[in-house]
This record gives sequence, structure tokens and C-alpha cells, in this order.
Amino acid sequence: MTDTTAQGNLTAQKAAQDKRGEEAPQYFASKHEGYHWTAEAPMFLYAVWYLAFLYIPVLFLPLFSFNDSIYVAFPLKGFSLEWYDDMVSTQQLLEALANSLKVGAAVAFISTILGLFAAKAMTRYVMPGKGAVTAFIMLPLVVPGIILGISLLVITNMVGMPLSLYTIGLAHTLISVPFATLVLMSRLEGFDKNLEEASLDLGEGPFRTFFRVTLPLAWPGILASLLLTFTISFDEFILAFFLAGNEATLPVYIWSQLRFPSRLPMVLALGATILIFSFFIVTVAEVLRRRGVGPQSGSAI
Amino acid sequence: MARDDYISMRNTSKHFGSVRAVDDVTFDIGEGEFFSLLGASGCGKTTLLRMLAGFEQPTLGNIFLDGQPQAGVPPHHRPVNMVFQNYAIFPHLNVNRNIAYGMRKSGLSKAEIDRRVDEMLDLIKLPGYGARGAHQLSGGQRQRVALARALIKQPKVLLLDEPLGALDKKLREQMQLELRALQRDVGITFVFVTHDQEEAMTMSDRIAVMSLGKVLQIDSPARLYEVPKVKEVADFIGTVNLFEGAIRGREGDSTIVDTEGLGTVRSTASGAEAPEAGPITVAIRPEKFQLTFSQPESTGNMVTGTMQAAAYLGDRSHYYVTVDGRETPIAVAAQNSERQLSVLGQHHERVWLTWTDDSALLLTA
Repeated sequence: MTDTTAQGNLTAQKAAQDKRGEEAPQYFASKHEGYHWTAEAPMFLYAVWYLAFLYIPVLFLPLFSFNDSIYVAFPLKGFSLEWYDDMVSTQQLLEALANSLKVGAAVAFISTILGLFAAKAMTRYVMPGKGAVTAFIMLPLVVPGIILGISLLVITNMVGMPLSLYTIGLAHTLISVPFATLVLMSRLEGFDKNLEEASLDLGEGPFRTFFRVTLPLAWPGILASLLLTFTISFDEFILAFFLAGNEATLPVYIWSQLRFPSRLPMVLALGATILIFSFFIVTVAEVLRRRGVGPQSGSAI
Repeated sequence: MARDDYISMRNTSKHFGSVRAVDDVTFDIGEGEFFSLLGASGCGKTTLLRMLAGFEQPTLGNIFLDGQPQAGVPPHHRPVNMVFQNYAIFPHLNVNRNIAYGMRKSGLSKAEIDRRVDEMLDLIKLPGYGARGAHQLSGGQRQRVALARALIKQPKVLLLDEPLGALDKKLREQMQLELRALQRDVGITFVFVTHDQEEAMTMSDRIAVMSLGKVLQIDSPARLYEVPKVKEVADFIGTVNLFEGAIRGREGDSTIVDTEGLGTVRSTASGAEAPEAGPITVAIRPEKFQLTFSQPESTGNMVTGTMQAAAYLGDRSHYYVTVDGRETPIAVAAQNSERQLSVLGQHHERVWLTWTDDSALLLTA
């Protein structure tokens, strides 16, 4: 899933490069015809290698998931939907998937709300110790997952909290809030704080102002934050591994299945499915984001 | 009956840390007045306006609006509305919904609100623009929508924070006249913040000139120009020539002053608050000088010098004349009431300046 978010970023970057690219070659072509290719050829080769290195391993997933053999090796034996059939009929897998979706949705919702409050406070209010508070919110970004996992396990034991999806959810919220805060801060900083003052001035209290001005304008950021934090939770392994009780999340389940070679093709089928779905989600989110941003970017002056 | 103390500042101060943005200000603004706060950036004019709107609370002192103390009243409970410098048009709402934004609690029916929005669109000369998005408006149109959005609330006071700053010169001049006419029509008290003295003079009934958090002088545009009370005001409003000098004595109602550059000057100008004796500054506006290229027959105030520079500006010309005993050239402005096809005045040509007794203003040195 991390791959797919990276994919999303890359698409955006690539789009930006394409835009720049539209102008640059024209300039080169008109002045230095012929020279243009020799100068850019090494860069082009590098880009091809880079993309191949990044995506070919990922593409093996769907390829072997349709292979009629339990060995993940060339040559391919034949086309089969057996592994997909296997996948949808494995009860444990479906439960793990449901667990991941539940935890992911809850984490996305809670951390986006917390992130929104934090971002609002950090971009709108002058308060003592703001720097320290910011640092504390951002700290989970740099604490290694394994350290966080161990310390959370120790703490849950100390307070006598049984390991369950709730403990996983709490841990995922902890690591997701910094991302949500960062995404929403950039969004809130992007629009004029006079807009909120104008709303107050026109007679709406702080509460109404939040719902009539801040929320609609922050909406693309909120959507991005929901998707990002959901993805972080859905993909997270280390914390889930440490804090899982009897109910596993999908990554923990996949890891447990890797011990059995015969299960590998089914895991590949699962991976391919996740890949397709996340590609779909990221595309939808991007379309929504652009639609949301379009008219506003024109008037944000 | 319009009251003279519709808005009252009473020893109002605003401190930001050790900075006194507004420093012990006391004055009144009358009902229905077009009142401007004029000063360079950082003089405290915007802070004063934001205190009126309720975005800032005074550190000391109080503000009264129509007799009501405003301390602790949040912005959304004040009967004032503001036009922001960048207009702050809500980008996610169309023109109609921007204008109707503040009407939710008005208790009026939807149809009635729609009718008033249409009225406002007529008032700001944008009929039929209601369905447009905020991003489809030009700068001048945004400014009008911001105005309509505030005026539909029928506020007791309309606050305007440099609303014309972002417009180009022609449009700005047009909007100045429109704003003034609009203010007369609706009869609402306007408090207008600007750093542009010409803009303030064009529109205001009275102007408060501010510097470093203090109000230097509050007067009508004409009196600010003709009878500035302190050097800073004389210097800020228009151009002025300042001459250091000392009072020699009095003859009847005129004061005799020895100056550097103009020699002995006789002044009958009244109004300014200058000391009776000792060092003093004489202020003379450029257009109060008469410039001639031959010695005039005059027994009054006169000085001779050499032309340093001349600039032809179409409707008027500016001359810079160097005189003995003064380093800075004297600025002189003359109306070109007759056609002049050649540049008047050669470099270093000898010229004479004369002026009347009542145009030499005495200010505290």
C-alpha cells in the first residue's frame, strides 16, 4: 500500500514534469535541433531504469497470481483463477480484511479530526510553547516503529489493557496524527485567515464560522488526510504485529501465511487485488482533490 | 438627531509586547461621518480599526459605540461590519451567497433576503452577477461585493481597511467618488483606513493623522492642509517647505521671524499652536510662492535665488530654487493657466519668490 501512495505522489510529480517538459523541449528544438537528444539521452535512460526498477517487481504480483503453479518461478505454467477462488473462500483472510478496514476507517476518522484541531491551533493562534507542542505532535514521525511497538506493548500490559483491535487502532492513530496534521496545516495555511475574520465580522460565531468557512475550504485537505491515514493504518505491520490480540489485521495475516509455501500464490492474488483497489482509490481521490481545488485556486489571491 | 460621539475612543491603547501600536488615543467620531485614519504603515491605524471591529481588545482604555462600551464584545456581536483590504470574498460561495452570508440570523424570509441581495447588486452596479463565482470577479468587482456583503447588514458603522489599495489608479479614483456618494446615500458612519493622503482628502469629512500610535491632529481636509498643528502633519499632508528660525518680535497681529533662507519673515497666519517666543519653524506650501524671472515691485516678503531644477507636469510646473543660507532647495508649484510650449526657467537663472503674510505658518520647532 505504501507503494501505491508513492505511486500517487509520482503521478503528481510526473504530471508536473510533463508540464515543464512541454515548454522546455520546444525551446531546445527551435534553437539546438539534434543537440537536444544527445544531452538528454542519459537522463532518459536513467528515468527508464528507475521506473522499471520501481514497478517491475510490483507487476510480478498480478502476473504470478494468475499462474497455474504453486511455485513462483518462470516459465509460467498456465492461466488460472484458482488462487483468487482460494482467496475469497479463506475465512481467516476475509476476517483479517474486515479488521483492517474497521481499524483503518476508525483511525482515518479520529486522526483527521485530531489533526484538524492541531492544524487549526498551529496555523491560527499565537500560544506559548507552540514550538514544543508542534515537536511533540510530530515526534512519532521519527520514532522507529519497533521502539514504539515495544513501548506501547509495555504500557498496555502495565495498565492491564487487553490486546485487541482497539490497541492497534490507538497505535495507528498515534502514528497517523502527524501526517494528518501536516496535510491539514498546509491546507489551512493556504487560505486567507481574513476569510474566517470576515465570517465573524458578518455575525457568525466561531462554531458556525468553522462549519461555514473553515470546513468547506479545508475539505480537499480533509479528504487527502482521510485517505492518507487510512492507507497508513491499512499498510502498517510492526505496531499491529506487537499489539494484535486474537484478531489479526491483513498485513499480520499475510505475514503469517508466508510460512506456508503453498499459500504464497494466494497471497500474490491478494496483493494484486489490493494493488488494483488502491490504484482505484488514489485515482478517485486525486480526481476529487483536483475538482475541489480547481475553482478555489483561481480565487485564492 | 445625529450624535457627535457616536464612536468614542477613551484613552485607548493597544500594546503588542513592548510595542505600543496604539498609544493612549482619545477622540470622537460623529454619526453619519466619513472619517479617515491616515498614516504611514505601522502607525497604528489598522490596529485601531481592528479594535473597532472587535478582532483586537484594547490593552488599556475603552471604546464606546453609540454609548455602549465595547470591551469584551466579540466581533460577531458588534453592530459594525468591515471591508477587508483583500476583500476576503468567500471563494466557495457565489456572489449571491457571499452577500447573503451575514443574513442567516436576520429573521427574514428567504424571499426577502433574495430581494435585498438584488437591491444590493443594483446598489453596487453589478445586477445579474449573483450567480457568478468569486473567482470570476475582477478586483473592482470583488471590492463592490465586499461592500454589499457588509452594507446588507445595515451596520451602525462600516469599517474599511485600505479597500482601494489593490486597484489601479483610474479605477481607484472612480471608486473614491462612488464610495463617497454611496456613503451619503446610505448615511452610515464610515471609518476608512488609508496611507494615501490624497485618497483621504478626496473622501473624508474629517481625517485623523496618526504617527507611532498617536493621533497628531483631527481636522477637515482643508484645515489639515492649511492649518497643520505640528510639523509632522504639515509634512505628511502634501509638500511643505520648512524653515528654521527664531521669533524676533510682534507688530500688531503679525509675528516677525528671522529665518535661515528667507531672511526676515512676517506672518499673520492664525490657527497653529506655536510658542510666543524662541525657536520656531516657518512652513510655506509650494503653491503659496509666486515665482518671477525679474525683480517684482514688492514691499512684502521676498527672496531671491537661483533655479536648480524645473519640471513641467502639464497642469502645473514644479520649480526648485536655491537660496543663500539654506541647503535644501525651496519647492515652488505654479499652475500653468496659460499654454507654455517652451520650458520656463533655465538652470541657474536668477528668480524671485514672493508670498503673502498669511501663508507663512508658524509651527513648534
